[in-house]
Amino acid sequence: MSFFSEIGALYGQYAPLLGGALCVFGAVLTLFGAIGVLRFPDFYTRLHAASVTDTGAVLALITGMCLMSPSGLVTYKLIIILIFLFLTSPTASHAVANAALKAGLTPILSKPDDKAQTAETDQDTAKEVTS
Amino acid sequence: MRYAFVLFIILYALWYGLSGYNKPLLLGLGLISTILACVLAWRFRLFDREGVPYLTIPRLLLYLPWLFREIVTSNIRVIRACLRVDLDIDPVLVKVKTSCQSDLSKTLFANSITLTPGTVTIDVDRDELLVHALYASVAKPEDFIEMDRRCKRAIDG
Repeated sequence: MSFFSEIGALYGQYAPLLGGALCVFGAVLTLFGAIGVLRFPDFYTRLHAASVTDTGAVLALITGMCLMSPSGLVTYKLIIILIFLFLTSPTASHAVANAALKAGLTPILSKPDDKAQTAETDQDTAKEVTS
Repeated sequence: MRYAFVLFIILYALWYGLSGYNKPLLLGLGLISTILACVLAWRFRLFDREGVPYLTIPRLLLYLPWLFREIVTSNIRVIRACLRVDLDIDPVLVKVKTSCQSDLSKTLFANSITLTPGTVTIDVDRDELLVHALYASVAKPEDFIEMDRRCKRAIDG
């Protein structure tokens, strides 16, 4: 019995610290997602960067909040929020991406362009060498 | 009838957790609203195997740890892509064939693809999904086979 109470005391001591650390970690992940949104070249790739914020950051933030929550009821609500976010956020991303595709926005596909560019430059260099 | 009963229990648990009150009046009001929601679902003919998929919940719970691992690994990949000095992304559109039969398992598969950062399901056409991926090297059609198999097992059995 004392073992379990000791574990409970340890949890009460360290859970808020761990929860705070997880919340900071989630905030940093959100920042990384924002950096990605700013850096990536087109709409579809930016969607990928935003999905880091949707999944990883939300997971870290809500786990951290669960560890800091004062009662079981709050934890229950947070878990429900997590489930709803994990059901709705892919649906929303899919809806946005599908709308972009239907509206005729063509994604930048780097591979063929790169090949074409390298082929052109190869030809140019070849011309230079021959001339 | 079983579906209605299960839906009632789930909705009442949700209502009780969100309210958190123990007064008889409020519990009764919750009971009335839950029954009303169940009647509405019955009127909309939502009670079937896919509308209230309680039989698949245990297998779905077995699927979640694997999905969680996938989410973490692809998160690391995309964050690395965000923070690299040189942008080495290689976006590609792939057509992924799915072996999932029911609408629910197809939804789970498409949602799982969208949930892992770096891949987004853009379009669905019967058993073919159009997927936009950040890296062509990790989004070949073969790479989705395991996820497809696990989604099919989780819902269709």
